[in-house]
Amino acid sequence: MVLPPGTNRAVTSVAPRMALDSITRHYGTVMALDGASFSVSPGEVHALLGENGAGKSTLMKVAFGLEQPDAGVIRFDGERTTLRSPRDAMHLGIGMVQQHFALVEAMTVAENVALGGDGRLDLSQVAEQVRRISGAAGLPIDANAFVRDLPVGAQQRVEIIKALARDTRTLILDEPTAVLAPQEATELLAWIRRFADGGGTVVLIAHKLHEVLSVADRVTVLRRGHTVLTARASEVSEQVLAEAMLGTASPISADASAGEITAHHRARAIDSGAVVTLTNVSACDEYGAERLRSASLVVHPGEIVGIAAIEGAGQYELLRIIAGRMAPSSGVVAVPEVVGFVPEDRHRDAVVLSATLTENIALRGAGTRRGLMPWNTIRRETEALLSLRDVRASSAEVPMRTLSGGNQQKLVIARELASSPTALVVENPTRGLDIRATTEVHTALRAAREAGTAVIVYSSDLDEVLSLADRIVVVTGGCVREVRGSRDVIGRAMLTVES
Amino acid sequence: MTTRVLRWIAEPILAGLLSLAMLALLLAVSGYPVADSLGALWGGAFGSWSVLASGTLVRATPLLFAGLAVALAFRAGILNIGAEGQLMMGATAATAMAMALPATSGLAGVALALTAGVVAGGLWAAIAGFLKQRFGVLEVISTIMLNVVAVNVTGLLVRGPLQEPTHIFPQSEMLDVALRLPKLVPGTRLHAGVALAVICALALAWFLRATAAGFRLRMTGANARAASSAGGIDVARVSLLAFIASGALAGLGGAVEVTGVTYALYENLSPGYGFTAIAVALLARLNPVSAIGSALVFGALEAGASAMQRDAQVPAGMVEVVEACVILVLVASEWLGGRGGRARSFFWGGPPNTASAESSESLNRTRPTEPTSTYTNRSIITRDDTRSSRRVSS
Repeated sequence: MVLPPGTNRAVTSVAPRMALDSITRHYGTVMALDGASFSVSPGEVHALLGENGAGKSTLMKVAFGLEQPDAGVIRFDGERTTLRSPRDAMHLGIGMVQQHFALVEAMTVAENVALGGDGRLDLSQVAEQVRRISGAAGLPIDANAFVRDLPVGAQQRVEIIKALARDTRTLILDEPTAVLAPQEATELLAWIRRFADGGGTVVLIAHKLHEVLSVADRVTVLRRGHTVLTARASEVSEQVLAEAMLGTASPISADASAGEITAHHRARAIDSGAVVTLTNVSACDEYGAERLRSASLVVHPGEIVGIAAIEGAGQYELLRIIAGRMAPSSGVVAVPEVVGFVPEDRHRDAVVLSATLTENIALRGAGTRRGLMPWNTIRRETEALLSLRDVRASSAEVPMRTLSGGNQQKLVIARELASSPTALVVENPTRGLDIRATTEVHTALRAAREAGTAVIVYSSDLDEVLSLADRIVVVTGGCVREVRGSRDVIGRAMLTVES
Repeated sequence: MTTRVLRWIAEPILAGLLSLAMLALLLAVSGYPVADSLGALWGGAFGSWSVLASGTLVRATPLLFAGLAVALAFRAGILNIGAEGQLMMGATAATAMAMALPATSGLAGVALALTAGVVAGGLWAAIAGFLKQRFGVLEVISTIMLNVVAVNVTGLLVRGPLQEPTHIFPQSEMLDVALRLPKLVPGTRLHAGVALAVICALALAWFLRATAAGFRLRMTGANARAASSAGGIDVARVSLLAFIASGALAGLGGAVEVTGVTYALYENLSPGYGFTAIAVALLARLNPVSAIGSALVFGALEAGASAMQRDAQVPAGMVEVVEACVILVLVASEWLGGRGGRARSFFWGGPPNTASAESSESLNRTRPTEPTSTYTNRSIITRDDTRSSRRVSS
């Protein structure tokens, strides 16, 4: 990734191409953007950084007309404008490539580019246009290939060509390298540089600091909806950016012990055998991209191992391999036969909303059960779990959907712990829960540890991981390693900044 | 429990009254004498013990078998629109079996013929199940197309190997009297298959409620991902078995129709039982016991329709219009409740999985900063949160 950074580029003193000033956007009681400002000039690559949930994506959705700001001003070429929809943004030459492509897989590249056009459709003309843009921009693509047959990198080129076909001069790219192999990422970054050098404007939402510094002219860092730093890329280091992104530890956790975050490296004598042992385990996602590279991990009974990682670093696969919900492509996995698993998307993966609480409890082990369902026994077990875990429900026979999110999650954890598994894998366990429910979930996880369960917990909220874990394992780019030290050290390790 | 029983009884009655009211309106608008026509309808459906036994109940029997087939499939999250074809294959196989058996085999022969129908219906549905799992063919499409294939296979056979000895009519020889289902009430058309259908309904209700396999089927239908992830259920296997069981029920219906009512096989054996069955299952909210009532409602409407045509000169097609209206009203209202999420959303054009739709709602609320919608040229595609949408797209 040795690209010439945009040195000596005069960031013009004329009005910026796009300026977002003091943008505020809240969802319910959550402030997603709290007076965030950002501007980008023609010929510039401007990187937008921030932790998960810092507001990057929301800010760019505002810039693309997908979200309406509650307050704040948007200027385009110096003129105040309102973007009611992406259509308005596209009229101004703004294009956005989302992290998850909006392509019709069963259609060809040309057909995808033609989608949303006006007037008569002449596919051969569109194909010709695709070839012209692809040639001029240096984005090789077969206009007649079906999108479903293309690798991810090529699909991304289709998205960019789609934007360029609408005369896009301002391109917003949301974590474009997250899905790419290193070689493809290098090529894309080089293309971004050329596009900007040709007078285009690029906003690059990114996680990887070295990529950002290699290609961007300027960098803006968001934290909790605020703009905390805007600087020339040549004037900042990875350390400065990491500190700006992470800030100082903030007491988000409702837990009383959250203050002594690093004091959790408990001097617990762990001489009992390992519960979970992964040795050189690799795994691929459904696209065949390697997500986990030769990962090794040992988890002992009675400890909570915290997984710290940024989105898409490979923790998704790691957790599912430990939980026995996914097969590795290579390596040796030694895990107990029954592993409790609390997935992040409980409505999709953990509960059946239309079924009763009893039925949801009965789900555990349903795959191997024979004969008749002992409903009375299961109902009594459910009622016992409801009172044991303080799940508020009027009866065990009400549908799962009538419970609040926190009570649903408590019941999922209760179910997964009911069979006293030797290992429990937990993914974003308090997402969407209020403070009280969060505390209760944390208490349940600590109680499981005290009972001798090996607990593996991942949360996209680093502070939550730190408050729960006895030791921290950082996953970056598919590599797994234990990191000791302060929040800062771990935060930098997540962003692959050498400390 | 009592409220549930009340609902089982109340809903078909309510639906019956609703359809009568609609029919009255339709008759009045079309200028037919409302009271006379409805009187003829009632007389044809419930006018006497003999019309009830020979008409309504006999007519309701194949509707119940096929309705149970549809209900079972929908509960498993499978949109089996192919009960018609599975029923025809069941009828064909039962006829072929009966033809091959000596008349002396008696009741054992009838049992063998019914078994042949079960097997044929199951295999016919298994084709759609295999196509779905091996090639991802949507069962809605494949089962509809297999209906056409089944009717034509029957047509071919009744003009070839199964044709009656004189080779004049495109139908099979009449079954030997010994190979017909016994009558429940002598002198009527009420045959033992009616009781068999009711037994099947009760057995299916028990299976879904009380057995581990039935529980797996329901959970797979309600949320396949959770069934697999949290329950360790082999959802592909459950789904294939549900296809086969659904087809087997419809096939049994066809076999019962041949051995109990028509005694011969011909192409038009079923006046669309397999399609009306979808209405039967939906009116019963996919509950097998309620299906007894809803099959009765539709059986009565159809039996009464012919009487109305005969006695009051009202086209029988009028009743079909009413049947369709009842279904529309039912589907439009939220009577279907939380059952068979996929079937429900299919009719409402909702997301493929209600569970994931709800989860995306909640994620929108709770994780505002992750992208939840993606702009595609002119359409906004709402997705799960970033993480899950990629995983879910497989």
